[in-house]
Amino acid sequence: MMPIFDIAIIGGGIMGCGTALRLAEGGMRAIILEQGDIGQGASGVNAGTLSMQIKRVKLMPYAIRGHEEWQHMGDAVGFHKTGGYTLAFNDREAELLHERMKMKKEAGANISFVSPKQLNEKEPHLAKKVIAVSYCPDDGYANSSLTGQYYRKKIDEKGINFIEAFKVTNIRSVSDGYEIASGDRAVVASRILIACGGWSKHITAMLGVDLPIRARINTVSVTERAPQLVSSVIGHATGLLTMKQKENGTILIGGGWQGKGRPEEGRGQVSVDSLVPNLQLAKFVLPALSNIRIVRSWTGFEANVPDFYPLAGALPNRDNAFILGCVRGGFTIGPYISKLMGDYILGKEPEMPLFDPGRKMEEGKLI
Amino acid sequence: MFDAIVIGAGPAGANAAILLSENGLKTALIDEQRDAGGQVWRAKSESILEASITDAGEQGDALRDRLKSSNVITKFNCRVWHIERLENGHWLLSVVGGVEKKLITKALIIATGAQERVIPVPGWTLPGVFGLAGATAIFKEHMMAPKRRTIVAGNGPLLFYVASETLSLGGRVSAVISINSRTDWLKSLPAMLSNPSLIWQGLKWIFTLNKNRIPIYWQHAVKSVEGENMVDGVTICKVDQNWAPVEGTDQYIHGENLCYGQGLMPAVEATHLAGADHHYDEKLGGWVPTIDQWGRTSVAGLYACGDNAGIYGALAAPIRGSLAAQAVCEDAGINIDRKAEIKKLKVAIKFGLAATALTIPRSGLEALITGETEVCRCEGITRQEIDFEIKTGAQSPNAIKSGTRCGMGPCGGRYCMDSVALITQHRTKKSREEIGLPTARPPLRPVTIDDISDDLDYDDLPIPGVSPL
Repeated sequence: MMPIFDIAIIGGGIMGCGTALRLAEGGMRAIILEQGDIGQGASGVNAGTLSMQIKRVKLMPYAIRGHEEWQHMGDAVGFHKTGGYTLAFNDREAELLHERMKMKKEAGANISFVSPKQLNEKEPHLAKKVIAVSYCPDDGYANSSLTGQYYRKKIDEKGINFIEAFKVTNIRSVSDGYEIASGDRAVVASRILIACGGWSKHITAMLGVDLPIRARINTVSVTERAPQLVSSVIGHATGLLTMKQKENGTILIGGGWQGKGRPEEGRGQVSVDSLVPNLQLAKFVLPALSNIRIVRSWTGFEANVPDFYPLAGALPNRDNAFILGCVRGGFTIGPYISKLMGDYILGKEPEMPLFDPGRKMEEGKLI
Repeated sequence: MFDAIVIGAGPAGANAAILLSENGLKTALIDEQRDAGGQVWRAKSESILEASITDAGEQGDALRDRLKSSNVITKFNCRVWHIERLENGHWLLSVVGGVEKKLITKALIIATGAQERVIPVPGWTLPGVFGLAGATAIFKEHMMAPKRRTIVAGNGPLLFYVASETLSLGGRVSAVISINSRTDWLKSLPAMLSNPSLIWQGLKWIFTLNKNRIPIYWQHAVKSVEGENMVDGVTICKVDQNWAPVEGTDQYIHGENLCYGQGLMPAVEATHLAGADHHYDEKLGGWVPTIDQWGRTSVAGLYACGDNAGIYGALAAPIRGSLAAQAVCEDAGINIDRKAEIKKLKVAIKFGLAATALTIPRSGLEALITGETEVCRCEGITRQEIDFEIKTGAQSPNAIKSGTRCGMGPCGGRYCMDSVALITQHRTKKSREEIGLPTARPPLRPVTIDDISDDLDYDDLPIPGVSPL
């Protein structure tokens, strides 16, 4: 029989590992239970964009602090501050860009507008059809592939227990807290934190809690190594493109185009009907892409709730049970909000407010 | 919309396609080569059509003739890069090189054959190193052998075929380095006797080697490939029962080409991408889709036949094609009785399994991959880097890939992931099944954006609602 832990954290991504590290600082004994490998879910397969220009207005203060965390992690996670441009190609997009960036700037992001000419001087390979451009010098990226390696090393250094290939099959209340089982293996802990992204709905249901969690299935593609074509992170006014070229020459293309599948069924599948327009848009923006080969396309699940704000706090109707997830921009914000979550579980007042999972949620507006 | 599409026009796939169309199913056959025949019955290049006729060539020509007179719609020089199962159970294939970019079918047969297993050793990436199977492709298509001296090394029957064929085509052979011992071969003889003609062929190969006084080093392996900018020789050593190198037995052998391979593995990327269950069976060459005796996979409407469903070899392939075609027909409500084929298959696989048994990697093999050996040639990742990643906690191919970039290059891990699993197995003592396969993702082969899409009219771009503020 394994010892009883202070807390079992389901999900070994940025949220779960980040919280575990904070809890360890506070003296709490955590065990991380991960269905696959540490940091290989959404944390490890997203496009790695750290852009203030694609963060939600209300989450901007969290994003700014999250960005600082990534900067601090530095080379170990492949952090690069390159500056980022968001492009508009027609009047509708230009209007959208102005309206949105103004609000984001007011929320604290260091965003300004530059002329297409200035963009052209900095990024001569981009399409010349741009009519409006916003710029943020803080934007950049990290290498999401290194998330697992980074966090595994950190939790190992702190002596935090973790079990990989532990796919939770059942959770039940016991006198000391919760017993979490994976087949015939089981772990007992006084508290439980659900931090498994797209899989959270399925896990909270095991505790009899029904949360309106849904999963988006974001597609990301990478090219073979190419000559230097872009040096900044490039976005599109609609948010439907992110593009960056890494030091090794490969170009990463994202933008939230939707694949297929459900978290319960595996890792999701790339759908050609959304991959092709995603790549066409990338080529429109960077014409030189046309003859560079795509080496791999994949999908990752991004969980959300109807109001598109995080679930971060105590699980409704259960004692000693918590949830952290559904953070839009979770890669950027994760290292910070997980600290807040750790403080909350330790009974401290977090530096910034969390987001009550039991709140009433209205459908967020898609413009 | 097709009733059936077969991917791979080797003996298994082409035979399946012919049978399906004979039974009235609208069938397409896709292959990336310019004609049917696969690797084993590969078509000769047009420039040497007059060249002498070989057994394999004859069988291949017969198959190509049958195909031409059938109603099968062939799509050659055509490559499938993505496979998706639609909600109605049909299959959507994304292809390049054809007229259409998308094909839809009710049933999908995957007959993508085998790929070569190459154990990396220092110097294996030097120009002048070929795969054993790769060399056979050149022989069959161009009937040419390198003029410089060739060293032939590895395991299984292919070794002796490549050496003898090199001689027959006017090339020179320095030596044959067989990791199998004579005893390994003797043990496999009873099973191989199921096919006397192939045994006879094998004896002819050995006879050719003896006649030309080509030294055969039994139970020896290539330890490193030597040379500055290209191969000028190999260092070989004796190996023990587990194929681990024996200290102090090094010898240098001179030669400017090395044909090198350790057997064949099923090419399972397509069935894996299509979502079929797979399991590891070393007797079948490695990871295979889990199929019934006809070739039905775990996913309805998806079938597998030929070496990609287990290395049974060329003899079994056409029979397996027939069986898969029968399953497709049966599932479509058409009855054809080819149960007799099952019996034929049982005989045919004996030889193939015995040949595959000679190539099953043994536990000592990983010791040939030294620390400085480049395991992932696309990204230049060495064994040391992989060892370190495992030592610091990575336990799966996905985790090793993410941490090191091993397998992230243009080959998509096709050439290195088996070695990575071999190393992981050695370090973690986990079974190959526990270690698992890396996630299958498109494209099956790299494609450019121009390959897969037409020019874009910006206003036609399907832009969904933008993200919330």
